[in-house]
Amino acid sequence: MDVQRKRQVRLFVALGAALLLATGLIYTSFNASSEARLPSELTDAVPGKSYQMVGRVMHNSVKETEGGINFRMRDPDGSGEPIKVIYTGQVPDPFREGRDVMVTGEVKNGVFVGDEDTLTTKCPSKFSEKRDQ
Amino acid sequence: MLICVVVIEHAFMTDDFSFAVVASHSSIDTPPFYKFTAMWSSQQGSLLLWAFILSVVSTVSLAATKHKLRDVVPWATAVMMGVSIFFTGLMLLGGGVNPFEVLSPVPVDGTGLNPLLQHPSMIIHPPMLYIGYVSLTVPFAFAIGALIARRVDAAWVKSTRGFALIAWTFLSIGIILGARWSYTELGWGGYWAWDPVENASMMPWLITTAYIHSIMVQEKRGMLKVWNVSLIVASFSLALLGTFLVRSGVLQSIHAFGDSTVGPYFLALIGVVVIGSTWLIISRLDILKSERRIDSLASREAVFLVNNLLLIALCAIVFWGTFFPLISEFLTGTESTLAAPWFDRYTTPVAVILVLFTGIGPMMSWRRISWQGAKRVFTIPLIVAAIAFVLLILFTDAADSFWALLMFTLAAFTVSALIQETLRAAKARKKSAGGSIFAAIWSNAVRNRRRYGGYTVHLGLVVLLVGVAASSSFETKEDIKLKPGQSAEIQDYTVTYVKPTVSRNDQALIFGADLQVDRDGEPFATLHPTRQYHQVTTGATRGIASYFDGEATSEVGLKAGKRSDFWTSLEPDTEEFERRARMADALFGAYMREKVLPVVQQNPERAEEISLAASDLLSRTTDKVIEGYREDDLAIPATFRVIISPMVTWIWIGAIIAIIGALFAAWPSGIFRRRKSS
Repeated sequence: MDVQRKRQVRLFVALGAALLLATGLIYTSFNASSEARLPSELTDAVPGKSYQMVGRVMHNSVKETEGGINFRMRDPDGSGEPIKVIYTGQVPDPFREGRDVMVTGEVKNGVFVGDEDTLTTKCPSKFSEKRDQ
Repeated sequence: MLICVVVIEHAFMTDDFSFAVVASHSSIDTPPFYKFTAMWSSQQGSLLLWAFILSVVSTVSLAATKHKLRDVVPWATAVMMGVSIFFTGLMLLGGGVNPFEVLSPVPVDGTGLNPLLQHPSMIIHPPMLYIGYVSLTVPFAFAIGALIARRVDAAWVKSTRGFALIAWTFLSIGIILGARWSYTELGWGGYWAWDPVENASMMPWLITTAYIHSIMVQEKRGMLKVWNVSLIVASFSLALLGTFLVRSGVLQSIHAFGDSTVGPYFLALIGVVVIGSTWLIISRLDILKSERRIDSLASREAVFLVNNLLLIALCAIVFWGTFFPLISEFLTGTESTLAAPWFDRYTTPVAVILVLFTGIGPMMSWRRISWQGAKRVFTIPLIVAAIAFVLLILFTDAADSFWALLMFTLAAFTVSALIQETLRAAKARKKSAGGSIFAAIWSNAVRNRRRYGGYTVHLGLVVLLVGVAASSSFETKEDIKLKPGQSAEIQDYTVTYVKPTVSRNDQALIFGADLQVDRDGEPFATLHPTRQYHQVTTGATRGIASYFDGEATSEVGLKAGKRSDFWTSLEPDTEEFERRARMADALFGAYMREKVLPVVQQNPERAEEISLAASDLLSRTTDKVIEGYREDDLAIPATFRVIISPMVTWIWIGAIIAIIGALFAAWPSGIFRRRKSS
């Protein structure tokens, strides 16, 4: 085989492999992802489907439970229908009522059941933010 | 720029709250060290720091190329000035990000710095990343300069590779400090979460790593010219993207500074950089042709190319995962996110193969390695790897995780290959120059800083990756609820909750726990994890219960070891304390209203004195509540998270080795010689 041809074959094989891997990556990323929704958008949630919810923890709603917490969330701008969240696992230090948090899980009977250790709180940029009570 | 920084720092140190930035990020009680560093916890201050560092590295780079590259330097200077103008312009015209904005009326005290950020590594972490990001401007500017001036030989690469190395080193330091902070401060127990902002610092790091390797091919063999300019453009764009991501709030991240107005400007700059550079590269394709072609796949340049492709694949995976929310929204109309397991699944295999090539690369010769040559350099590492593989299967649980086992085996291969190479060269030197083997290694290393610095970096990274593989594959995590006096068994360890502690300092209430940990019946460690509740500093004098309205931070109890780390964090039950605090607050409030207020109304001139006495009384009441709570010895249970993860310490050790190696390589080799001759 002449050198030119050998090069072409190599290039073809390399590009083919890269394309195959990229397709696999793209395909699985759609399967493995969880849809991001606001609390108010979860009314038509598909049972058993995984969602990542971004919202604000409502005031006077946090209750500690065995191994976790229950609380209620609203959209980050404070509007919309609230949803109850049952969460087990580690509660991050900056978690507070009135803060924006993210949690992944699914909706069961109108209640958002968070997966273990998926709760994260957005780092507040200031020490004391105005409470929007 | 220096003057700007000095003025702002002076305002921070002297509590000049007429500056908006000072009022919102510092307070009178903030410790001086944190006052000094609070500048870059703000949006405005961090932009100023960016511009300041840029002015420093630009000056250094121009000094370093004083009599060289006369045709390239003017263009490079123009590019660096352009970037500098962007940042200064942004501060002046961007809206709400001018660090010199003043407040009127001037507040009495500032809001203070978030206590989560009051940690030494959090203070050094952002400027390290900035120095890393900003240093990339230099090779980028020179690449653009070289393209415009049509001088695309290796001269610009040689003049700026030091800056690429420095950028790499500081990015590494920044990333590892962030990981370390997360591990010891966040009460979460992990060091990496694939958060968008972490990824944003990882991507330029990966591409810079690729660049540092591929420029060697251009220097030695005159190849990969298009590739190198493309890499540095990508690196610099990703650095800007990182700066943008932190500030824009387009992706959900725990880091977000909050939504801000500067996002579109950054996007515009990134657009200009990417489109302008691409156009420039395409228009110069004729002069960017390789002088040679790769002779054989069994050559160092071919292996470097493979390593480059792997690094880029890694970066592409991270990029795809990070921007998946935007991509999916664009393609399907619904925003979806990818979690850590997805990242792990794809990055693990690539990282494992990279370790293999880390071992192979330095052993290959340029152009082509002969069969004899290959046998000579690969036999011993292969034998070592095989022995390591068998030992790991026979004596450890490593076989439970396929990727971890493979990682350990390949690490053995790579490390033995590095040692073999070092020893072989040292023996040759010893033969010609005499002296001990260590003297020979040192003398080789000083003569060829880049190569031996590189070896050290490789060694460090392999150690680091072994630590990552071991700790992520064989971690034990448990949440246990204990009353004082109770014990729990986890693996070979027995944890006993000896007693709770409560105390107070100027800023916070501190709930802690004394833990006794035994391993196999022998005392192993006494740990003291705490959780601190910070009082809100603004507003009128607050009650004791207000401690629970502010931030809470964790101080984990950590016993680090060569074999494994024993990590605990505490989640105290503060309900009873809060009940007592509210009772005390009610009593205190009533006392103030009924007894003190009438006195103040009758003698307004004594208001200040009485207010001081009142806050003193509140302080003593707080101590009383704490004391009472302590003495009552209530058997209130607390929740502990216990993580036993093997070999985490090696991550930090590996990182330190790698950074030392990088500094060794970046050290200007002329300095010692010049000193000697003078």
